[in-house]
Amino acid sequence: MPEIRVTPLGAGQDVGRSCILVSIAGKNVMLDCGMHMGFNDDRRFPDFSYITQNGRLTDFLDCVIISHFHLDHCGALPYFSEMVGYDGPIYMTPPTQAICPILLEDYRKIAVDKKGEANFFTSQMIKDCMKKVVAVHLHQTVQVDDELEIKAYYAGHVLGAAMFQIKVGSESVVYTGDYNMTPDRHLGAAWIDRCRPNLLITESTYATTIRDSKRCRERDFLKKVHETVERGGKVLIPVFALGRAQELCILLETFWERMNLKAPIYFSTGLTEKANHYYKLFITWTNQKIRKTFVQRNMFEFKHIKAFDRAFADNPGPMVVFATPGMLHAGQSLQIFRKWAGNEKNMVIMPGYCVQGTVGHKILSGQRKLEMEGRQVLEVKMQVEYMSFSAHADAKGIMQLIGQAEPEHVLLVHGEAKKMEFLKQKIEQEFRVNCYMPANGETVTLPTSPSIPVGISLGLLKREMAQGLLPDAKKPRLLQGTLIMKDSNFRLVSSEQALKELGLAEHQLRFTCRVHLHDARKEQETVMRVYSHLKSILKDHCVQHLPDGSVTVESILIQAAAHSEDPGTKVLLVSWTYQDEELGSYLTSLLKKGLPQAPS
Amino acid sequence: MTPLTSCRMKHLTDTSHGVRNKCLQLLGNLGSLEKSGTKDTEGLATRDVQKIIGDYFSDQDPRVRTAAIKAMLQLHERGLKLQQTIYNQACKLLSDDYEQVRSAAVQLIWVVSQLYPESIVPIPSSNEEIRLVDDAFGKICHMVSDGSWVVRVQAAKLLGSMEQVSSHFLEQTLDKKLMSDLRRKRTAHERAKELYSSGEFSSGRKWGDDAPKEEIDTGAVNLIESGACGAFVHGLEDEMYEVRIAAVEALCMLAQSSPSFAEKCLDFLVDMFNDEIEEVRLQSIHTMRKISNNITLREDQLDTVLAVLEDSSRDIREALHELLCCTNVSTKEGIHLALVELLKNLTKYPTDRDSIWKCLKFLGSRHPTLVLPLVPELLSTHPFFDTAEPDMDDPAYIAVLVLIFNAAKTCPTMPALFSDHTFRHYAYLRDSLSHLVPALRLPGRKLVSSAVSPNIMPHEDPSQQFLQQSLERVYSLQHLDPQGTQELLEFTIRDLQRLGELQSELAGVADFSATYLQCQLLLIKALQEKLWNVAAPLYLKQSDLASAAAKQIMEETYKMEFMYSGVENKQVVIIHHMRLQAKALQLIVTARTTRGVDPLFGMCEKFLQEVDFFQRCFIADLPHLQDSFVDKLLDLMPRLMTSKPAEVVKILQTMLRQSTFLHLPLPEQIHKASATIIEPAGESDNPLRFTSGLVVALDVDATLEHVQDPQSTVKIQVLYPDGQAQMIHPKPADFRNPGPGRHRLITQVYLSHTAWTEPCQVEVRLLLAYNSNARIPKSPWIEGGEVSPQVETSIEGTIPFSKPVKVYIMPKPARR
Repeated sequence: MPEIRVTPLGAGQDVGRSCILVSIAGKNVMLDCGMHMGFNDDRRFPDFSYITQNGRLTDFLDCVIISHFHLDHCGALPYFSEMVGYDGPIYMTPPTQAICPILLEDYRKIAVDKKGEANFFTSQMIKDCMKKVVAVHLHQTVQVDDELEIKAYYAGHVLGAAMFQIKVGSESVVYTGDYNMTPDRHLGAAWIDRCRPNLLITESTYATTIRDSKRCRERDFLKKVHETVERGGKVLIPVFALGRAQELCILLETFWERMNLKAPIYFSTGLTEKANHYYKLFITWTNQKIRKTFVQRNMFEFKHIKAFDRAFADNPGPMVVFATPGMLHAGQSLQIFRKWAGNEKNMVIMPGYCVQGTVGHKILSGQRKLEMEGRQVLEVKMQVEYMSFSAHADAKGIMQLIGQAEPEHVLLVHGEAKKMEFLKQKIEQEFRVNCYMPANGETVTLPTSPSIPVGISLGLLKREMAQGLLPDAKKPRLLQGTLIMKDSNFRLVSSEQALKELGLAEHQLRFTCRVHLHDARKEQETVMRVYSHLKSILKDHCVQHLPDGSVTVESILIQAAAHSEDPGTKVLLVSWTYQDEELGSYLTSLLKKGLPQAPS
Repeated sequence: MTPLTSCRMKHLTDTSHGVRNKCLQLLGNLGSLEKSGTKDTEGLATRDVQKIIGDYFSDQDPRVRTAAIKAMLQLHERGLKLQQTIYNQACKLLSDDYEQVRSAAVQLIWVVSQLYPESIVPIPSSNEEIRLVDDAFGKICHMVSDGSWVVRVQAAKLLGSMEQVSSHFLEQTLDKKLMSDLRRKRTAHERAKELYSSGEFSSGRKWGDDAPKEEIDTGAVNLIESGACGAFVHGLEDEMYEVRIAAVEALCMLAQSSPSFAEKCLDFLVDMFNDEIEEVRLQSIHTMRKISNNITLREDQLDTVLAVLEDSSRDIREALHELLCCTNVSTKEGIHLALVELLKNLTKYPTDRDSIWKCLKFLGSRHPTLVLPLVPELLSTHPFFDTAEPDMDDPAYIAVLVLIFNAAKTCPTMPALFSDHTFRHYAYLRDSLSHLVPALRLPGRKLVSSAVSPNIMPHEDPSQQFLQQSLERVYSLQHLDPQGTQELLEFTIRDLQRLGELQSELAGVADFSATYLQCQLLLIKALQEKLWNVAAPLYLKQSDLASAAAKQIMEETYKMEFMYSGVENKQVVIIHHMRLQAKALQLIVTARTTRGVDPLFGMCEKFLQEVDFFQRCFIADLPHLQDSFVDKLLDLMPRLMTSKPAEVVKILQTMLRQSTFLHLPLPEQIHKASATIIEPAGESDNPLRFTSGLVVALDVDATLEHVQDPQSTVKIQVLYPDGQAQMIHPKPADFRNPGPGRHRLITQVYLSHTAWTEPCQVEVRLLLAYNSNARIPKSPWIEGGEVSPQVETSIEGTIPFSKPVKVYIMPKPARR
């Protein structure tokens, strides 16, 4: 039985460390290879020993696909390819390919230089790893090998984010990665055609949220920032270096310009400048507005936003600072947060999702006293605001995407179990498809019934077409031919051609059947009755009474004889060739029911 | 018909999609509801066309499916009533794989919903039933979140015209049922409203009231509502601006028909003012203006609206000024805010001056009671101290005064708050900016101008009557002595011109009639010249007057024909008749003053051709022209054709004298085209310097009134001091249409010249181009073949219709 097997190594009922193994028609594909923000030990990377205990992974995986450059989707890549060992192709879109190494390098620096971790991947490893990458453009179909092909669709979310369709023969899986169904200031909305995959693996971060109109959100955000700045307070916005950061920058930049505000806006890390460069380059991946206006002015050339220096944090007066990372779990954003937390004039705006265990999650859930390293207790007096700016699809968006793609099965990853449960129930209820939500390491097996393409010879097809009117979708039609299976492909040809090709002689196969009829009359009369009966029922067929006392229906022969023992019973001999099997068996069953009583 | 039909039937089953496609198109264009010939051998004929087309809704080829739906729409357009059964078929097509099929299906559903709005359809999977129009509305709303933007645009557009939909379905479109972690959340709009109504809005501390409220039943949450939920929320934040514009338009149309919906969609429209694409912003501002009668802006909404005043696009700002003209503001803070923002706008973009003043005029007259408490602050008066007198030429100060004076018109207590200099400024502004400053009843002063004061405003009837009477008087006095007729005409023309100045609504009619009378007067005068009594060769000089009169009449008739909108055919006849007379006059004068017969031959022939042409064009109107010049002329036509030129001239001369004065019927609605050049103002003493041989761009801003099709008719003329004239055709995109009958031309004119020694003035004016072919009604037999008379009579020309503006320029010699 052909089947598709899916095993999440990460992101199963969890957010972070996305890594999903898919086996489809004998091909193994790994989708994403991320790290987990909430852990600092071995748990931060997926457990690749699940694939194999020893030896390199190349033999077990046909390809690796990275959906976008966020670290929870690509953070474990150098570890996986260089330290564990994988030499096969890694597929990603060009913007991801450009930006991914910057983020990996930054991640490495924080881990090794700041935290002093040993046994971490090196810069060289990142470079080596990136050499294995193959770029995939939007809507480009890439043949990984003879059978396996992948195709990328636009996903919104961040620059270069893509959804991937993985297809082997007629079986296919769509992996969404992270996506956004509502367009924003710099990216468009995710879109997929009605590809009807066997399985859709979708993220479900906001499985239980239906979001407000984005315009309200934007206005709220600007208002909050504006008010704090007017009060003389400082605003901290922890963001991931890339993605939402650019979105919010565009938003603040245009607002500052319009309102003619003077308070400085800083952006914390140098890496953003590098990445911004790529944003300016990959204009085709942005939304309509930026694509249309970049000739006059590239929206990513900010006028009001300057680079941040650590010393600026102590400057008096209002300012707005974007700092990484986005969940306040480490780095500069956490440092600034500690500095500013004590003043109630200040504000921290969390623009996105926070994984459990991070400082961000704690303050959002209302904790006002935080235990920091070294048993310090930090009292949070500053205002804490949450505003869902993360570019994930909300529940309605997820449903919309499922509606667009029309999959046979849905599998949820990248979300919290409790929320997934709710969405699962909704999906099953509204689309009447099966929905799965495996935990990490749990395997879901889906039976598939792949269709097998059969080639039909043109002569046969034309002959069939000539016989009747147009094929009608509602009525099945019988077509006779010979199926030849040769070199793992199938052909349907006419029987004559098959005989010729295979060099066989033709054999006639004839079925005969005796039907006993209780009829005391003479044979001729019985035959006449049979004839008139059949004539009345089979109006579409040619029924003939031959002079030799037999009846033919098309090529089926019916003869009557008296029973040797019982003269009151007549025996009808029905004989038909194999080709007329359908009509023949129908006729016998008809005759077996007996003749209608003569009116006399 | 029958063989055609059967032929089509045969080809409908063709294997090629192209053939089926075309067959369906044919069916759509030719098919009729009647059963086509029952004796048809095909056996298909008993089914009617709709059934046949309907069968192809499930064709295997998407192009054929589209063609089938299009054919159905075509049937509808041809006036056949579609059957209701099509609705269900069309609904199935909404989930088709191909966008063109879905797009066409949406249209079909819309058509059916307009045909059978009140039919009841069952809701699948429940035993409830709803009206068909509601069901269709829900389905089309669902298509607003379709995968293809073509379909989305289509759906959003059609939503606007579904006015019969029930109000609760309509209101659902703005509601997206928010949910946060399974708890209901109120939308930010709802929160804003609550904060506002509880008076906590200004504190700004409780913004983050995002906290989810009641726990909702997980079973009850339906994530994809089949209904209309949030259709506009989706449409307005769509990725493609085409969809957003369509959604805004639809909102506008629905809001115009439902005041309660207008109130609800306000928040969304205001949000659209911050859209990233200018066209969308502009569209939403226009929309808001259209529905502004139904709404009152809250302060927070006003805030957002006013923020757009800083937009760098002139179109947006002016659209917003127009919007503010007709907006209702609820509080005095709102008025103050609006004023402050407008003044800020004024300093940032001084060119907006006129637009802002006009805006404040309406703002003031709409909200007198709200302005009243602000007056002391605005005029910065102090109870004890005299404050410094503000600068009278400051546009910002004038703006404030415009607001206050217009509010004071209906608020008699206000002038008591004015200080002395305010009164003086009032008198000044009343004179200099009379269109912005109304007449006020000021304590201790007499009314400034009683005639124009609103209370003593003469009613429309007397002046209308006056107009009628004076015209009748003229028409009745046909056979008076020439002297008396001339005087009467002169007086009437003067009266009419004055009336036109006083009564703007009668200006068109009065001017039109006056021009006509003027022509008549000129004709009479010309015919009374002594010249006619004397032998020809002696009076070369005298003929100047007559030929000048002929020329002027021609010019005036072109003005009458092309400068007025609303001129009907019966007036055109009279105008052409007058022109014919002028031509006759010209011919006579030429005959008198030239020697030799040769040139006359040509002229006579041409004149006769024109008479002929006149007859052909206006054959239907000839009975109305009893006793007129042309009537008599046509009687004598056979004779004229054969006579010598000298004889023709003689006949014409007697006929001109004998012809009666034709009564000009007054058209219902007539307006004179006019144009005012706002910019350049022509006041500058600083010449515009540029290097000779290069170009300088001159910004031209003009308002045009009652000009039909300005894109093709309005031209700009630049006259250089050396007599060189330059004609400029503005681009069609330079014309904006702010209101019915009004246009605005904002364009740039490129000037260039060789070097001058002194700065000098060039004249800029607007011209109205005309083409006499365009107006003349074509009789069917003129179109066939005979081209020559048409070519001759197609006269193209231009009429200046604005005051010329002088621009001081100085081309400098290029430096070497």
